[in-house]
Amino acid sequence: MEVYEHYYYTKEHEWVNIEEEEATIGITEYAQSNLGDITFIELPSVDTEVEQFEQIASVESVKAASDIFSPISGKVIEVNTELESDPGIINKNCYEKGWIAKLEITDKDELSNLLSAEDYSSYLEGLN
Amino acid sequence: MAHFISNTKEEVRQMLSAIGIKSIEELFLDIKPRQRPRSFKIPSPQSEWEIHNYITSLASKNASGLILFVGGGYYDHYVPAAVNFLISRGEFVTAYTPYQPECSQGTLQALYEYQSMIATLTGMEVANASLYDGGTALYEAMMMALRITGKNRIIMDGGVSPIYRKIIRTYTSNLNIEFHETPVVHGHSDRERIRELLNDKTAAIILQNPNFFGAVDDHQDIVELAHQKKSLIIESVYPISLGLLKTPGEMGADIVTGEGQSLGLPLNFGGPYLGFMATSKKYIRKMPGRIVGQTTDTKGRRCFVNTLQAREQHIRREKATSNICTNVALCAIQSAIYMALIGKVGLKKLAQLNLDKAEFARQELEKIRGVEVKRSSPVFNEFTVRLSKDATKVVEEMIDYGFAAGFPLSKYYANMDDYMIIAVTEKRTKEEILSFADCLKKVLNG
Repeated sequence: MEVYEHYYYTKEHEWVNIEEEEATIGITEYAQSNLGDITFIELPSVDTEVEQFEQIASVESVKAASDIFSPISGKVIEVNTELESDPGIINKNCYEKGWIAKLEITDKDELSNLLSAEDYSSYLEGLN
Repeated sequence: MAHFISNTKEEVRQMLSAIGIKSIEELFLDIKPRQRPRSFKIPSPQSEWEIHNYITSLASKNASGLILFVGGGYYDHYVPAAVNFLISRGEFVTAYTPYQPECSQGTLQALYEYQSMIATLTGMEVANASLYDGGTALYEAMMMALRITGKNRIIMDGGVSPIYRKIIRTYTSNLNIEFHETPVVHGHSDRERIRELLNDKTAAIILQNPNFFGAVDDHQDIVELAHQKKSLIIESVYPISLGLLKTPGEMGADIVTGEGQSLGLPLNFGGPYLGFMATSKKYIRKMPGRIVGQTTDTKGRRCFVNTLQAREQHIRREKATSNICTNVALCAIQSAIYMALIGKVGLKKLAQLNLDKAEFARQELEKIRGVEVKRSSPVFNEFTVRLSKDATKVVEEMIDYGFAAGFPLSKYYANMDDYMIIAVTEKRTKEEILSFADCLKKVLNG
């Protein structure tokens, strides 16, 4: 299962990529493959403030509906509106084109509550 | 009863000890004595005919055969014989959407037709496959508005059926919702008060047209106000009136609900009735209940499926749009048959007939000393009158003349002892209306 080296992860299978004060979030390869074909994504509105591990979006697939929790606290500055018309982008490219939202963050210390790529990989192995 | 094997004393003892109590009595300690049945003594068994006689004698205590001038949300419309004939077909007789729904293409197609008709009737883009009744549908609409907006203030117009308002208050008594009810002024929604209460925290304004007093209104101005604050408009409507009136869709309403009883369902003693709900396409994923969709099968043929099920509780669990994952399919199909029989032109004529007969009744009643017909607003087929005597007593006395005369407003509104609302459907003949006026005259003036 593909995992990006420089990203951080949650046990709920979300990822976050930090670039300076900006965090990009999405769901992992494991999440998308288990959900199956994604049919709808409910995006947050810009300017919404979220706490770490608070619900930020939800996805519906042919199999299930799941909430997505924000790996980090912050204010939503941009959402991936392309997902509205083509949520299947997440199935095709979950770590880049399938990003869900960008947040402006304030507290990088929260990263210590997340898993590194290495930790997440071994967590996934434990699940199998 | 072969399946029923009562617990042995030993099993009862084991179960009680597992939860750490000594006796059955202790299990029910939380139920206060006054809340318990006085006795569990039930009569000894009787034969089928004995029970039949007993039940028949109970049923005969009901006043039946009265000529109905009472409405209040449920109306005495004619149900064509074909409706009952078609609905009694074995293929339709289930209260539920089948559990393997796609095996029942006929049921799904009928529900799809129902949805399409409700959407057309209300002027909205989409409708679900029905909810329980008008009151619970309105509650579901309110919950839907809370989900869509993420806000928690609700403004409820006093002209919304008091029965519905009570249902909503009961359902939400333990939820964090800030309720405001606005009064009715000269039969209409109090725009001033609504404007004062409407703010950025307002999730929705709940309105009804015609309102409980029978007044017809155009809520478009309230819709525009609400949308400026990113609040939604929920409109409860009387479907037969839509044959003539401006639809909630034309007014710009966001969620439309109503009681579907008038669409081909008889007046049962409390149900089963039919709640309908329609909304805009953009809110479809926030709508509760089942939705039937049209698609094509692997061979390219038209077919029907239960769609968007990720909203529903068997998939989404506690985050579902509602705990309602069933509907009143039989009643919905019944109303679809009714609507198909009546047709677009027929519905217009029917609505016009209701309006004309109500106006005739208003004019006849106005001639009576002791009757004041309220004319501050236009009406459809129901209207408010003020009497020179207590309305509840008048209704009681009118029963002796063979009439269910109206709905006394004092049941739900303070200081309205001498008011009642009177409904006149297409079923009321000229003779019945004249005789009604004649009897009312006798009751009021001796």
